[in-house]
Amino acid sequence: MTQITITVNGKAETRDVEPRTLLVHFLREELRLTGTHVGCDTSQCGACTVHLDGRAVKSCTVLAVQADGGAVTTIEGMARGEVMHPLQAAFKEEHGLQCGFCTPGMIMSAADLLARTPQPTEAEIRGALEGNLCRCTGYQNIVRAVQTAARTMAKA
Amino acid sequence: MYPASFAYHRATSVSHALELLATYGDDAKVLAGGHSLLPVMKLRFAAPAHLIDLGRVPGMSGITESGGVVTIGAMARHADVASSAVVRAKAPLLAEVAGHIGDPMIRNMGTIGGSLAHADPAADLPAAMLALGASVVLQGKGGSRTVGADQFFVDTFQTALGAGELLVAVQVPVSSAACAYAKHPDPASGYAIAGVAIQLGASGGRVALTGLAPRPMRLAAVEAALAAGAGAAAADRAADGVEFIEDARGSAAYKANLARVFTQRALTAALARK
Amino acid sequence: MIGASVKRKEDGRFLTGRGKYTDDITLPGQLHAAFVRSPYAHAKIRAVDASAARAMPGVRAVFTGADLKAGGVNPIPVGWLHAGINVAEHHAMAVDAARYVGEAVAVVLADSAATARDAAEAVAVDYEELAAVVSAVDALRAGAPQVHGNAAGNVAFTWQLGDAAGTDAAIKGAKTVVRQHLGNQRLIPNAIEPRACLASFDAANDELTLYVTSQNPHVHRLIMGAFVLGIPEQRFRVVAPDVGGGFGSKIFIYPEEVVACWASKQVGAPVKWTATRSEAFLSDSHGRDHETEVEMAFDAAGKIVGLRVHTVANMGAHFTLFAPAVPTYLYGTLLSGQYDIPVIHVSVTAAYTNTVPVDAYRGAGRPEATYVLERTLDIAAGTLGVDPAELRRRNFIAPTKFPYQTAVALQYDSGNYAPALDKALGMVGYAQLRAEQAAARAKGRYIGIGLSSYIEACGLAPSHVVGSLGAQAGLYESGAVRVHPTGKVTVLTGSHSHGQGHETTFAQIVAHELGCALDDVEVVHGDTAKIPFGMGSYGSRSGAVGGSALFMSIQKVKEKGRRIAAHQLEAAVEDVDFKDGTYFVKGAPGKQKGFGEIALAAYLAHNIPGDMEPGLDSTSFFNPSNFVYPFGTHIAVVEVDPATGHVALTKYVAVDDFGNVINPMIVDGQLHGGIAQGVAQALWEGGVYDGNGQLLTGSMMTYALPKAHFLPMVESDRTVTPSPINPLGVKGAGEAGTIASTAATANAVLDALAPFGITHLDMPLTPAKIWAAIQTARGGH
Repeated sequence: MTQITITVNGKAETRDVEPRTLLVHFLREELRLTGTHVGCDTSQCGACTVHLDGRAVKSCTVLAVQADGGAVTTIEGMARGEVMHPLQAAFKEEHGLQCGFCTPGMIMSAADLLARTPQPTEAEIRGALEGNLCRCTGYQNIVRAVQTAARTMAKA
Repeated sequence: MYPASFAYHRATSVSHALELLATYGDDAKVLAGGHSLLPVMKLRFAAPAHLIDLGRVPGMSGITESGGVVTIGAMARHADVASSAVVRAKAPLLAEVAGHIGDPMIRNMGTIGGSLAHADPAADLPAAMLALGASVVLQGKGGSRTVGADQFFVDTFQTALGAGELLVAVQVPVSSAACAYAKHPDPASGYAIAGVAIQLGASGGRVALTGLAPRPMRLAAVEAALAAGAGAAAADRAADGVEFIEDARGSAAYKANLARVFTQRALTAALARK
Repeated sequence: MIGASVKRKEDGRFLTGRGKYTDDITLPGQLHAAFVRSPYAHAKIRAVDASAARAMPGVRAVFTGADLKAGGVNPIPVGWLHAGINVAEHHAMAVDAARYVGEAVAVVLADSAATARDAAEAVAVDYEELAAVVSAVDALRAGAPQVHGNAAGNVAFTWQLGDAAGTDAAIKGAKTVVRQHLGNQRLIPNAIEPRACLASFDAANDELTLYVTSQNPHVHRLIMGAFVLGIPEQRFRVVAPDVGGGFGSKIFIYPEEVVACWASKQVGAPVKWTATRSEAFLSDSHGRDHETEVEMAFDAAGKIVGLRVHTVANMGAHFTLFAPAVPTYLYGTLLSGQYDIPVIHVSVTAAYTNTVPVDAYRGAGRPEATYVLERTLDIAAGTLGVDPAELRRRNFIAPTKFPYQTAVALQYDSGNYAPALDKALGMVGYAQLRAEQAAARAKGRYIGIGLSSYIEACGLAPSHVVGSLGAQAGLYESGAVRVHPTGKVTVLTGSHSHGQGHETTFAQIVAHELGCALDDVEVVHGDTAKIPFGMGSYGSRSGAVGGSALFMSIQKVKEKGRRIAAHQLEAAVEDVDFKDGTYFVKGAPGKQKGFGEIALAAYLAHNIPGDMEPGLDSTSFFNPSNFVYPFGTHIAVVEVDPATGHVALTKYVAVDDFGNVINPMIVDGQLHGGIAQGVAQALWEGGVYDGNGQLLTGSMMTYALPKAHFLPMVESDRTVTPSPINPLGVKGAGEAGTIASTAATANAVLDALAPFGITHLDMPLTPAKIWAAIQTARGGH
């Protein structure tokens, strides 16, 4: 067992973990933050996307020990109290989700894009979501949601 | 989805990592960004007894330029290489190719050193390394050596990296000449079915292919034609002397065609930037 | 409220990470299951040695297929039987032999998932490898390896429909006959949430609870309880919580769920299992996998005079729940499409093979039928020298002919096909696009335009009809409305939402009918302890069947309220009307009662008619009298790069008739996702086995799911022909996109390749395949 401390959604969490524990399992099983999902085992689907030290990463392909000392933001950390993040609000407004399983990863990935590229083109949005698979929406309303969020965030 | 158990070692310095490597030998794997290693461990295609994590070794991810050489620490993330002002100005081909790797999340964690040491025959970076005439710095307990990309990529998943050695940095000669990368990605994995990187020189240029053959390689016939002033027509020689093997991605003839088409596209793009 | 694009009530929890999927649920003391799966496509199991696994710390038990059988677990049954069908016993874990790569052979239960996986690797199975067969056509050849002892020649069943002799005569007498072999490749569903289950046996009360990724929890309970495990339904609760997509793959009763339930009782602890994606590829039922010979006969005027179809369907190694219905009644009956075809004959031979079982996957039989018709029509258009749009128009069933009896059993209740075609042609700018295509070809650019005019029979299904055809269950749905004393409403529906948005659309129906606020309605689904009964969601049935059941209950509640209002307002019942949440006496302004007042009165029971029972709730079962028949025309536009064979989908237009629409936003979303899946079959997806039965496309690294940048924005519109068979006038929208888009996209690619003389290629239309065809065509010139 290895002791690690990760600041998750602003709160320092210290745990003893097996070194083989993946960050996603640390979040889901140790911290019971089950909003981050696992959809594949080959780093393709992006359902597990979280922010590690300000960057979107696939938490199924990061060991918890690698994130020791780092800061993680998950989907549970995106809203400010009851006020949803503009991306969350835009996904609702544009019907950018159906079953909801890919949604947390999709939002974390889109947030990373908008942090780097505040006013992306449609092609940039589609390209930036290459690592997030959705089987329900055909991506159409996800792209619209990201466009809507970009407009909202530009006004803020 | 759960890797087999291993002992975890967090290296504090390059020399510490080398010591750990010497101690555990073949039972150990070096963990850089983890984006080549962890997927195979999750599927249990690999089950190393020891993992040596380079993530906390100071000074391994810097990007600097001096004396006409851009030096990139092995732990530099693909995203950092792609967006680095130094790389974009002094080795733009490398920045362009790094931006084609995987997806944004993979580029945020994956490292240049980890990817090169893994030597996937469909990876993007090796094509850039060959076209740039870049080198890798391999550090052993007894000292370091610099190995050119032409010598580094030996075969599928095989490099010149010796037992007990660490890939610590990449060195790229500064070049402002026109360059381009043309890629035909696999729709599922995003890896290159075909990728051609071209760095033009004062006369001719260096042309490298990834994805279509068991290892990344320079296209000597294309380079010769370029040097002889063939221009874009040099692409016709892209399949010369390369052995293409039929597999799920297509026939040998199709692969030879892709080599020519993507060489032509990269060449056209590079010549247009000249 | 009905017809409004109301934002979804369920979104809040999904957007904030508070959705509750099966794998998110944890019970105290739960053990984790890991399965030992056969690495061989066909092998005799000589022995299983689990001693090393059992000795590992944290391992609580190891069970084999033999243990399950000895423990009284019955084989998993089939829900649809044809005459002469050869049903082979399908045990949850292989007993004597494994019949596909990935079939469960043993299970390990341990304190953690990681330990369970470690121990599963330590279970030593002594296999004797046997010869395997993977393609259905090969399986039916003389001398092929036999998958099951009781299915001679690997024939699972044969089936036919229509007039064989009449079709034969029509083809013989026809002016032109178009013949084509069409492959419809195997698909692997890949809902992004992997399957999972958590079974918990409570010995104190002799009760079992199963949380499971199911589209139909009551069906799970019925089949697992009554047939497989022998557990009385009243002591067996099945909960399908939030479910991350299904597309058919979560209908079936899977081995892992059976094992978890049984094992929980054996070890006295909850047992949890969650598939890895690699396991999902090897254990979720696959879809499609047909090989078809089609003959379409035309007269001199380009009218279809007969159609003959023979299909070999790959069933995989076992029948799963719906499998026998998919290549038969969900396929053959759709072969008239939108067309007036006087005579049709379809025959199907279904084969067992050493592959993952094949069952319903989004569209289930109907995409296959649409592909056969629409692809063949395009080939015929080329042969006849008629524009594909014109050929379709010439053969449409005239609007005056409805109700229309097809030559393949279905009676279409309504339809008007030309307006949808015209609308789609207008949206895509068809005439101009054809001119652009010609101009581009002159410059060496290859644009293709593909049409697909589809019909779908959904809203499954009239119970008496399906019963007469072999279904072992009815396909009605339940809907209960429970009005609380405050006038708030709980809806209990047997439909299950795994992305479809029932919590919103069903609340819209209630709010619309009762005049209450959307937030005053709570929709409950997915729990057998709460819902009276239900058949679940698949076959685009939730709105048409589940919504209709709900509508019936609302009417009963409204009517009871009306009687209370009449009593209190001292008016005759027939003089009381209801509008916008208020009962009022016609022609007597001011004499009125709000619905909330009436609800309270119903529960106080101080002042209700003397012969009336207190309370205000109702449960209804809607049993449809017919299928519903959505239809439409989709048009895909592609550009093929002849240098690489790469296909770019540049434009996609869809015009659909879903009847009345409850929530256009949600219906559009269903359409977009369906189109992406159908396009993906045409261009990217395909499950491929090697000759030894190893799945070569067993991960997302090798099986190409559509990504965001593969697809353009879909442009969609609708025509509205309400369904006459349900009170809402709705049809189904869940599968139409998939049903239409595969053929439209394939037709577009082949249209682009027409200048090369290429008339057909089987899907997926990969760059390598297209490039090779172009080379062959060029070489032949």
